[in-house]
Amino acid sequence: MKRYVIIGNGVAAAGCIEGIRSVDRSSEITVISEEKHAVYCRPLISYYLEGKTDLQRMQYRSEDFYEKNGCQVLYGQKAVRILPETKKAEVSDGTLLPYDELLIAAGSSPFVPRFEGLDTVPKKYSFMTIDDALALEQALTEKSRVLIVGAGLIGLKCAEGILERVGSVSVCDLADRVLSSILDSECAAMMQKHLEAKGMRFYLSDSVARFEGNIAHMQSGADVEFDVLVLAVGVRANSGLLRDCGGEVNRGILVDERMQSSIPGIYAAGDCAEGPDISIGGKRVLAILPNAYMQGHTAGVNMAGGSERFDKGIPMNSIGFFGLHAMTAGAYEGELYEEKTDHSLKRLFVKDDQLRGFILIGCDERAGIYTSLIRERIPLSSINFDLLKKTATTASFSAEMRRKIFGGVL
Amino acid sequence: MRGNKAMKRVYVNEEWCLGCHLCEYNCAFANSGLSDMVLALKDRPIFPRIHVEGDERISYAVSCRHCEDPICVKSCIAGALSKEGGVIRVDQNRCVGCLTCVLVCPYGALAPNDQGVMQKCELCLQNACGEPACVKGCPNRAIVYEEREDAV
Repeated sequence: MKRYVIIGNGVAAAGCIEGIRSVDRSSEITVISEEKHAVYCRPLISYYLEGKTDLQRMQYRSEDFYEKNGCQVLYGQKAVRILPETKKAEVSDGTLLPYDELLIAAGSSPFVPRFEGLDTVPKKYSFMTIDDALALEQALTEKSRVLIVGAGLIGLKCAEGILERVGSVSVCDLADRVLSSILDSECAAMMQKHLEAKGMRFYLSDSVARFEGNIAHMQSGADVEFDVLVLAVGVRANSGLLRDCGGEVNRGILVDERMQSSIPGIYAAGDCAEGPDISIGGKRVLAILPNAYMQGHTAGVNMAGGSERFDKGIPMNSIGFFGLHAMTAGAYEGELYEEKTDHSLKRLFVKDDQLRGFILIGCDERAGIYTSLIRERIPLSSINFDLLKKTATTASFSAEMRRKIFGGVL
Repeated sequence: MRGNKAMKRVYVNEEWCLGCHLCEYNCAFANSGLSDMVLALKDRPIFPRIHVEGDERISYAVSCRHCEDPICVKSCIAGALSKEGGVIRVDQNRCVGCLTCVLVCPYGALAPNDQGVMQKCELCLQNACGEPACVKGCPNRAIVYEEREDAV
């Protein structure tokens, strides 16, 4: 019998629980949950504000999830320290939890730059948790002028979620384009145009120099008046627990393909972990839900004595705004293949006989075939790439390859 | 995710597939909830859960493989996809239409319905057909529903 302790109660933790239980049906699992909620679908908080889901449907797993999986959840408790020598985790009420295998799935926290005068802003919010969304909702009226600092994934999803229920939404970002972490200039311009047509206003290559109550004095000289401020500048991995006990940390907790950290018996997964990203051939924080689940699952299997590797991780996003979807994956390096129409844009990046990355806007059909080529590192010389670049189809594969993937006579 | 080796799945023989697209119509009808095929399909775009792919040389139908280790289920940001009894299902009430499953399905087997909500092959086990309509209606028996050891 082992004692498992999981720090965090998000999707990586859920993946870990399911990973452990695929190997070990009976040992005790303790989950330390700072948020007083069962695991929920964090990326859905903007959909909640948009009225496309509700608190009940946002539950990631069924009501009996923890009970069914033999987990004890310590709600409202925070892990404050790890003692690797004696294999104990200390929680905020002083309890020392002994563990044999420990997962840190502590997620990330909003990064708030030191804006001058930020303390004079009466209504300001982050947008990371369901409690953030509920608090923001309380502050919004149909007349609210909302300023969102940060035109990344979080800021823009927030903007989409609230646009129809407030007076106006303005978004500023130091970057020269929207979604700068996943889109290049031209793709970003296409998305920005779409968002502007829906009524959003942008201040790009610009940031707030100083807040004065409900006015943001921008670096460009513009003054933006607002009633509600949302800070969505970025996030930072919650890696402190491991760093403080001597483990290796870069931008996140450094982990190998088994999701094990530099300290034996301690694993990390999700937004706090910096693990393998095969699209760059190095390690990177892949702060997206699919990887959080997969990393958590991999950690869980290995913690329980099984064997699973997270060796196909890449950044990948599917993010839609008012019906226009952007799908992106991998790294944007190498030779570019491009297809454009008035309503769609496809960019494929090819290097060393492999598809390395793509950006697809408004052309998402069967995109997973492209994603799998990156993840599986399929040599493009083994398929009909001329066909594939035009249409994502397994018809571009050899008959033998199709037989293999579709299982049988095909 | 284990122990589903004996699951029946839909397989296609591309040498026998005529590319007639009848499976797509049978699928759309079986999942329409209507008892009249004309009412269900006539003069409207169809959104089948199986689709024929190919080029001038070959054709074959693609539907969900009900993978042993389903990356769509692991990737679903809404917890809407699940696998029970070997069948991957989508809870449309929970789906928010983010298309992450489309982004990750290596087979290109998933597509949303006309409302932007995901739908997928659930082997017709829950609808009035009771068995895969694509298989039942395939005029050349190119689509079969059987157990195979070398499954995905």
